[in-house]
Amino acid sequence: MSLLTLKVNGRSQQVEVDPATPLLFVLSDDLELRGPKFGCGLGQCGACTVIVDGQATRSCVTPVSAVTGREVTTLEGLGTAESPHPLQQAFIDEQAAQCGFCLSGVILTAKAFLDRNPRATDEQIQQALSGVLCRCFANVRMLKAIRRYAGERTA
Amino acid sequence: MMHHLSSDARTALGRAGISRRSFLKGSGALVVAFSSATVADSLGVVFAQGFNGTGSVQLDSWLAVGRDGIVTAYTGKCDFGQGLYTAQMQLVAEEMCVPLNRVRLIQCDTSITPDQGTTSGQQSHPTNFNQANLALAGATARQALIRMASETLGVPASDLVARDGIVAVKTDSSRSARYGDLIGGRRFNLQLDQSAARKHPREWSVLGTPVPRVDMRDMVMGRFEFVHNVKVPGMLHGRVVRPPEVGATVGSVDDKSIGELPGIVKVVVKGNFVGVVAQKPWQAMQGAERLNVSWTRGTPLAPHTDLYAGIRKQPARDTLLVDSGDVDARLAAAATVLRSTYHHPYQMHASIGSSCAVADVQGDKATLWSATQSAYPTRNTSAMLLGLKPESIRVIYVRGAGCYGLNGADTVTYDAALLSQAIGRPVRVQLSRKDEMAWENFGNAFVIDQRVALDPAGNISVWDYEAWSAARGARPGYNTPGNVVTGFLVGSSPAPFAPRTPAPAPGTPLNNGSNTAPSYIAGRVRESAQGAGVIRSERVLSHRVLSPFFTGPLRAPERLQNTFAHECFMDEVAAHVKADPVEYRLKHLNHARLSAAVRVAAKAATWEQRPSPQPDRPRAGKVSGRGIACVCYEGDNGYVAMVADVTVDQDSGRIQVTRLVIAQDSGPISNPDGMRNQIEGGALQGISRALGEEVTWDDRKITSVDWSSYHSLTLGFAPPTVDIVLLNQTDVEACGSGETSITVVAPAIGNAIFDATGVRLREVPFTPERVLSALRGRSV
Repeated sequence: MSLLTLKVNGRSQQVEVDPATPLLFVLSDDLELRGPKFGCGLGQCGACTVIVDGQATRSCVTPVSAVTGREVTTLEGLGTAESPHPLQQAFIDEQAAQCGFCLSGVILTAKAFLDRNPRATDEQIQQALSGVLCRCFANVRMLKAIRRYAGERTA
Repeated sequence: MMHHLSSDARTALGRAGISRRSFLKGSGALVVAFSSATVADSLGVVFAQGFNGTGSVQLDSWLAVGRDGIVTAYTGKCDFGQGLYTAQMQLVAEEMCVPLNRVRLIQCDTSITPDQGTTSGQQSHPTNFNQANLALAGATARQALIRMASETLGVPASDLVARDGIVAVKTDSSRSARYGDLIGGRRFNLQLDQSAARKHPREWSVLGTPVPRVDMRDMVMGRFEFVHNVKVPGMLHGRVVRPPEVGATVGSVDDKSIGELPGIVKVVVKGNFVGVVAQKPWQAMQGAERLNVSWTRGTPLAPHTDLYAGIRKQPARDTLLVDSGDVDARLAAAATVLRSTYHHPYQMHASIGSSCAVADVQGDKATLWSATQSAYPTRNTSAMLLGLKPESIRVIYVRGAGCYGLNGADTVTYDAALLSQAIGRPVRVQLSRKDEMAWENFGNAFVIDQRVALDPAGNISVWDYEAWSAARGARPGYNTPGNVVTGFLVGSSPAPFAPRTPAPAPGTPLNNGSNTAPSYIAGRVRESAQGAGVIRSERVLSHRVLSPFFTGPLRAPERLQNTFAHECFMDEVAAHVKADPVEYRLKHLNHARLSAAVRVAAKAATWEQRPSPQPDRPRAGKVSGRGIACVCYEGDNGYVAMVADVTVDQDSGRIQVTRLVIAQDSGPISNPDGMRNQIEGGALQGISRALGEEVTWDDRKITSVDWSSYHSLTLGFAPPTVDIVLLNQTDVEACGSGETSITVVAPAIGNAIFDATGVRLREVPFTPERVLSALRGRSV
């Protein structure tokens, strides 16, 4: 066990964990965050996605020790209750979810990608999301919400 | 705004037992609904519940009005992502004449909500939105409030109107009574009144409108509480160790093999059920992975390639749905007989989140936080496994990842309960991806033979359907925990399989709940013809055989497989007689609502009248085509038609669906945006199932155990344009819309592929390999 300092959603927090523990379990169990979720534990579905220093990262296959000293943002850290991030607002406006379990993967992957590629085409956005699953298949609404956000931020 | 219980409230309840009194203390949502003076009285609500899946006749089981006028409703139908929570709030607001923000809804909690069995089969809309159950409760309560106001105000009830939580004199709104003053904090002590007048859809102001999902904001902001997020003080973490092969049993378990691992609390073995409990989730995972269990060899499995041939050869339980008695003779006498065989594989729910549950078993009491679709049945079956009384167990529904049927939610609830009981502390269990996929209850594999005879005019005069499907287990219901893997591993048996040949005579009336009968037959059983079609020489015979794998309802169970075969075969026949597929269908239908859906979909798709396949098709490169399919879901629970436009890349075998046009009639529409969301999601999930999804195995075990071996489409695929026409029918009963669109996707795509290429695919999924192989087999 090691005492590690993590910066999650703008707050520094200390946790005492096995440094090999996947980041996901520290976030969801020790820090009791609800955004990142265990979907597969294999880095295949995206449900555990967080943003680490601007990069969409699969927290289920990332040891917690790899993110010390780096900025970790989870879905709940993207916006505030009063002021959702514009991408989150686009998902709310488009009612772009069914069960909602996949949203960390969809929203945070799209956010990190569009930050780097603000003028991405639809095809490029889909390509960026090719490793992200929504088993309820709210794809049409999700892509619409992402395009809406992408359009607004470049307008 | 979503008023499910906070973790704190649940904890308080779990700790204090399962009385409603302690529940009320911990729950903000209910404290506002009852004054403290009547808390003890409200215990009576619990006793008034029916415990048989049919809800309750007591109004107080469904609705309570607080002194502040807040209406709290209790429902036995849960929201697992389909938007039912919001729609039920709309229903209560509408019938009770209160704004939506004055409605609280408690769903599926066995200590307080009515027992409405299982939330499934797109039955919630018909069950709770017609003249019964929650809808009738709202109407009964409104009528009662008007009657009370009539007495209070000294005005005839006919001169009063309910709106915004008050009852007012129609001609003098200054004379009114607030709901909170009329009944607040007290029980109605009434039974649901069958004569209570529901509001007609033309009077609706909340129902029928696209109210946004009340849970959407929390989901998108990462604050929504899934069952995966439930925390109970002192909670430990468990993982199960499933058999490595189908049929393997436990030889011995070496606890010491993980003795050195940190955080391991206990290894639990019960029959063939093995689990590890640890302090932390990661520790439990490592413990389960490294635990040395010696298993016996499993049962050899017939090769995957022999699936369809093998299904036909096994002892079967036969069911005859319809038999006009003249089918063999007429087929023998017919000048033209067409026949085809269709194959549908096992597919899986494959929820994106592996299933999770939290259990707190303390002595003779237990609280289970579960994403099961069957809160009350799970209470009873958990009681059987734990050796407790059902009434000593409280099952609280908390949403899991989208389930689409019987995913791992039920079995993991048993896992958590068994581990908690073994250790005497609360335990959270989340399955591994592999445990979820290898051991869930798969959608059934099907082999379907069909034959038709044609009359001289080219119309179908005989339709003969004969199918074989494989099944084992099912939903556990109230008394069969062995229907899912955990129950089986601890020694409970699945529902027994009893072969039966020949089939008994068809029952009456026709039960087409599994869409075994095609839409085009008359469906005549004795004097009653309840099919959707005109073909009077008809036979529908099913053979159910035993599956080596657990099976269970997967979105549009059996209906999807059957409809794939019916609707593709119908297309084959239309092509044989060179008829337009839409026109040919309409000619054989005798059902106004289904025919209307077909016509509307065709019109919206600007369907070009001509036979399939299209003429002058190039034999290489990309070609496009269109196909149609339709169904009366469950015979009478929603009417849908879909036109698919596809592009077939004849060089790679890849199929791209470019457009779907869907016409859907589910009666009066409660929430048009929610309905569209369900239709869209079902349609795209249907594309994934049609193009890629298939359970696979080797000689001993399931091999489709993750997202690289089970092929779901991701957010990376270019979705088709989806155009939906909602057919709002306000003078008929509400029916379902969650499983309709998915049912017709594979046949619509298959028919479009035929239209584009002249090649008929009779096996799902339409993988590039299968498409290429079929294209190569084309006659010159």
